[in-house]
Amino acid sequence: MAPVQVRGTVLTVRRVDAYIAMTVVAPAIATRFRPGQFIAIAVGGAQTSMLARRAFAVHDVRPDHGGTVEFVFAVTGPGTGWLAECRSRDVLDVVGPLGRPFPVPRDPASCLLVGVGAGSAPLFALAARLAERGCQADFLLGAPSADRVFGALTARRTGRSAVITTADGSLGARGSVTDMLATVVQQARTDVIYGCAPVSVLRAVSALAGRYAIPVQALVAEPMACGTGICMGCVLPVVGTDGITRMVRACVDGPVFRGDHVRWDDVGTIPFDALGAPGWKPRQPEAGHAG
Amino acid sequence: MPADLRTRLAHVELPSPVLTAAGCAGAGRELAQFIDIARVGAVITKSVTLEPRAGNPVPRLAETPSGMLSAGGLQGPGIDAFLQRDLPWLLSRGARAVVSIAGHTAREYAELATRLSDAAGVTAIEVNLGCPDAEGGGRPGRLFAHDPASAGQVVAAVRGSGRWDIPVFAKLSPDVTDIVAVARACVTAGADGLSMINTLPGMAIDVATMRPTLAAVHGGLSGPAIRPVAVRCVWQVREALPDVPLIGAGGVRAGTDVLELMLAGASMVAVGTALFHDPSACARIQRELEEELLARGIDRVADIIGLAHQPAVFAADRHGRLS
Ligand SMILES: Cc1cc2nc3c(=O)[nH]c(=O)nc-3n(C[C@H](O)[C@H](O)[C@H](O)COP(=O)(O)OP(=O)(O)OC[C@H]3O[C@@H](n4cnc5c(N)ncnc54)[C@H](O)[C@@H]3O)c2cc1C
Ligand SMILES: Cc1cc2nc3c(=O)[nH]c(=O)nc-3n(C[C@H](O)[C@H](O)[C@H](O)COP(=O)(O)O)c2cc1C
Ligand code: FES
Repeated sequence: MAPVQVRGTVLTVRRVDAYIAMTVVAPAIATRFRPGQFIAIAVGGAQTSMLARRAFAVHDVRPDHGGTVEFVFAVTGPGTGWLAECRSRDVLDVVGPLGRPFPVPRDPASCLLVGVGAGSAPLFALAARLAERGCQADFLLGAPSADRVFGALTARRTGRSAVITTADGSLGARGSVTDMLATVVQQARTDVIYGCAPVSVLRAVSALAGRYAIPVQALVAEPMACGTGICMGCVLPVVGTDGITRMVRACVDGPVFRGDHVRWDDVGTIPFDALGAPGWKPRQPEAGHAG
Repeated sequence: MPADLRTRLAHVELPSPVLTAAGCAGAGRELAQFIDIARVGAVITKSVTLEPRAGNPVPRLAETPSGMLSAGGLQGPGIDAFLQRDLPWLLSRGARAVVSIAGHTAREYAELATRLSDAAGVTAIEVNLGCPDAEGGGRPGRLFAHDPASAGQVVAAVRGSGRWDIPVFAKLSPDVTDIVAVARACVTAGADGLSMINTLPGMAIDVATMRPTLAAVHGGLSGPAIRPVAVRCVWQVREALPDVPLIGAGGVRAGTDVLELMLAGASMVAVGTALFHDPSACARIQRELEEELLARGIDRVADIIGLAHQPAVFAADRHGRLS
């Protein structure tokens, strides 16, 4: 369903370890939302000098107050810094729900949900949706340290299994999610992998899944400026079903992509064979239209 | 009674002076989710090229104080797909399409104009002169808009290939010593009107990585940060060529900004970067403009075009009437 732009009142602001969880009243977004979609928030107030919207994956929607939307973020710059100062009853300009949601299997399947840092946030609404479909959800969550693993408790409570990794070993296994991936996939007999993590991790997950012939649905959280598809700032090379690579917008054609369709090694570049790349030529000569 | 917002784009009448700026609204589809694009004065489409273009690598955008640096490299589907998909869609929604065109040589622009002449429903052509001139004597980074002669050549080529009844607007760059000279060359070459300003060249360096922020190194600065430059350019060109219709652009994000550019001499105003921040900006700005006109007792928006150029005595008189 088409996104909407709303003025949503902040209901609650909570600290959750290294993150802030913010709930905003936005019934029109909550009712349209499907797991994997995101919202884009204007930051800095009416006369803001920050013109780019900030994108956040939706963590959860609830029916109270007509419909609320919760997202989870870490302060990483001036935009998230401003958001962190917002208090209950402040009003935010929110656009959403944006992008393509996670597709869910038609029949019961064994699903592995891989999240790194705040990237775990969108996985819990997905897990709930998977449960409705009779699917099993196993979690593999990672972060640099214990306070930056988001949702470890919920994962343990709601998942069939939950494996945690931290780079410093302060929670779960020491290392990264990619170290544990093969083990978990084998133990859980995974049918499909869902991931939300930095590109380097999504690339590794997709490569491993390829070896096991397991489909991957990857949520890509690359820098965005508008979230609505007009700035062309969020493109990455994706292979279409016709075999042609196109530079597609993560905000509109994603943020969820099939892992085997994204050319992970070429993210940040224009591959020479991408449609419209310098020197690119259409396969069939076109009918002449010289004027 | 609400103010009369009608304005003229050369011989075409538009219901509102608020347009979308080239490259900041695609071909209208995305914004149509948030506003009725038939009520926007016109959609100036993303500059279309002959062939599909993949554009530049990312990062293409960098936020700067009240501005945005961009170097998208004109990613787009090419004229064929544009004519098949985008233009018919825009027209089906009742929107007016001002089609922006971009090329490397005057011949490419001419071919694009020919293709557009064969299509029904093009309200006007905007010639994006902010492109590197492939035949520009090998000076890298030299744009058509930098030189009156090359700008005039492109406009003449478009004028000579397009249909006579489709107005041609030339889009100027502020990055020149004498914008009036380029403006004059374009009008002499047959432009029905002028559009200004395109982005200003700029650059940002990421102090964390200690590297240029944009993959393309340089980019174009847009947004409210450049509005005073736009006002100055519109003012200068209006002063020199008072009868030429102008589309003003540069940092418009509120109704008062439209007022300012129109007072400087613009007949229409395009909204660009503000759309990234507020997808319903055009509808909001139009509302604000109506309120501003009402507050000043002005019935017709067309009456304010270039008003700031009148001698101070008249202005004082006006002010007296307001208070
Ligand atoms: C689909 C999607 C979902 C996301 N979900 C979450 C989430 O659930 N929790 C969370 O903490 N963060 C999330 N992010 C990242 C979040 O958008 C950035 O952390 C935020 O924009 C940084 O803003 P800033 O002003 O604090 O930082 P700055 O680094 O100062 O931002 C400056 C500019 O860069 C852009 N930018 C910088 N880093 C990112 C990034 N990683 N992704 C997108 N834009 C960026 C900003 O939009 C802004 O234009 C998500 C990003 C995307 C694209
Ligand atoms: C991301 C981006 C893409 C743009 N693409 C085009 C384009 O394709 N053709 C063009 O003539 N101008 C293009 N422009 C320039 C705008 O149309 C406009 O002239 C300029 O940004 C100033 O207006 P603003 O401050 O309201 O954005 C682009 C600007 C931006 C920010
Ligand atoms: S973020 Fe602007 S097009 Fe995707």
